[in-house]
Amino acid sequence: MITRTSPTWAAMARMTGRRALLAVPVLLAVTFGVFAVAAASPFDPVRAYAGDAGLTASQANLDQLRHNLGVDQPLIGRWWHWLTAALTGDLGDSATLRAPVTQVIGERLGWSVLLCALAFVLAVVVGTALGVAAARRRGGLLDRAVTSLAYTLEAAPPFWLGLLAVWLFALKLGVLPAGGLTDTGTDLATPGQIVRHVTLPALVLAVSQLPWFVLYVRQGVGDALEEDPVRGARARGLRERTVLLHHALRSGLLPVLTLIGSRVPELITGALLVETVFSWPGIAAATVEAATAVDFPLLAALTVLATAAVLVGNLLSDLLYGLADPRVGFDG
Amino acid sequence: MADSHTTATGRHPAAGAGTAPGPDAAPDAAEAVTWHRRPGAGRQRRTRTVRVRVSAVLVAAVVLAVLVVPLLFPLDSQSVDLAQKLHAPSLAHPFGTDEVGRDLLLRCVYGLRVSLLVGVVAALVAVGVGTAVGTLAGALGGWADRAVMRLVDLFSSVPHLLLGIFIVAMFRPGVWPVILSVALTHWLSTARIVRAEVLSLRARPHIDAAVSGGASRWRVAVRHLLPGVLPQAGLAAVLMVPHAIWHESALSFLGLGLPAHEASLGIMVNAARGSLLAGAWWPTLFPGLFLIVPTLALAGLAGAWRERINPRRRSELML
Repeated sequence: MITRTSPTWAAMARMTGRRALLAVPVLLAVTFGVFAVAAASPFDPVRAYAGDAGLTASQANLDQLRHNLGVDQPLIGRWWHWLTAALTGDLGDSATLRAPVTQVIGERLGWSVLLCALAFVLAVVVGTALGVAAARRRGGLLDRAVTSLAYTLEAAPPFWLGLLAVWLFALKLGVLPAGGLTDTGTDLATPGQIVRHVTLPALVLAVSQLPWFVLYVRQGVGDALEEDPVRGARARGLRERTVLLHHALRSGLLPVLTLIGSRVPELITGALLVETVFSWPGIAAATVEAATAVDFPLLAALTVLATAAVLVGNLLSDLLYGLADPRVGFDG
Repeated sequence: MADSHTTATGRHPAAGAGTAPGPDAAPDAAEAVTWHRRPGAGRQRRTRTVRVRVSAVLVAAVVLAVLVVPLLFPLDSQSVDLAQKLHAPSLAHPFGTDEVGRDLLLRCVYGLRVSLLVGVVAALVAVGVGTAVGTLAGALGGWADRAVMRLVDLFSSVPHLLLGIFIVAMFRPGVWPVILSVALTHWLSTARIVRAEVLSLRARPHIDAAVSGGASRWRVAVRHLLPGVLPQAGLAAVLMVPHAIWHESALSFLGLGLPAHEASLGIMVNAARGSLLAGAWWPTLFPGLFLIVPTLALAGLAGAWRERINPRRRSELML
């Protein structure tokens, strides 16, 4: 237990510091794992670097290239070389996008964050509303409809939902663009253009994240509705609306809200598929391009970046949990 | 770990089909509210029974279809006929035809067969790895247990699909890289469940009896602990199949999964993108529906099974 005399923010700062220290071995292990998988696979960095020229190059040239790239070093050496370079801000060059990896990340990260944030907020708001509506009468018509819809959406692949949305909204109704960041023929990303282009991918990503929120809010609020505080509130004659929103929702929603940070992996998974469908110029679409072209420097950096995002999400989750429920504290 | 015991004897009347009200905490707390029958509980139980039956019928239909249809309609009957290309659904072709005039219903069944086959094999490998790791961690305890749990934490800090994409990108698309990718990303949950089960089993008298009777650690693990965790592992395997199919179809859709000639449902959705932009919705819609239906059916069956072996677990979430 934390001592109540210390200010909460100090405990939170200590927890953040502790987690940052713990993240170091995790990130080291992930970067090493990335190199180990690449070493165990038939992937050859020299041929990937040389491209078509590698097919006709002489063995001597290839060996020289092998030496220049440092591929003739053992696995540990290559990993250490990458790691020390990464610490100085050099993540190597992306062969597919013809730019330094740091530049690719810098240009694209913002678009992914925008898309994911919009989708996430939408999923939380709509999911909470639907979950509460379903929990009011468990087993009722609305509950069964919402629950069935949630399970169906959970089973539906996001890329398939995205394609159907493109067909409906872009091709049939013609109300929203099918993809990209700007209209064809212009490179100027005006706010109006961005809003029009982000709507459909954000909606699809939100729908793919929605089932989890609906089902957990329904479970949390539904359980809270059967506990003593709610029965007590009803016995005092409080209005059903007050009971639902002030008693059941408050206690039922807290565990859900605190788990939000742990949804980062699913959000990244959804973004990988949705950004690809909509040609969104984000980091997730770049990951898929990097994988298709076996662009190892880009893929390795993005894998590590995603891991860092997951760790930050977990930390946020635990901080929120500690804030929401003082019994938990910030010791983890 | 009261809620993970495999006996059904702990089920009290109100638990019914697992819909009893109350928190997940102490059983006597739940007992105290059994007088308070929630309205709609009976109807909910009936809905549940119907759901299990529908799921069972659907799973049987899917298995039958992927086994029998290829015998009746061999692949040769899917001849390319450009005069028939992109016909909308009709009586002759209930799902329409694809961009080279092949019947989509038949292609969907074949695609489902590929997806199911890869999904089942990958799920079995993943659950096998998870069961072995979880049993070892639980049975050995100490530093081995801690090391395994750190490894689980490590793997769960990389998003599944991203790790999967990385693996198939390095090993090039193919059936075995996909299975490897599913196995390496999906053993975690099984390992956690099995380890918890082993820890609860270890406290039981028959394990004490085996140990004091002089059985070796290995014998205790294989003869006494492993059989005890098999129901949980089996359940995990059934629950894993839809996940594995989902993972495979996502990889295949991205062009990183199965090779193009192994036309799984994900590959079909990817191949249909050109037709979709030309306005033909059916080559996209039907393969996706073929992915959803078996997933829901398997999840429905697995949910019923879970209620049998974990009757006290109140959560109605199937995922």
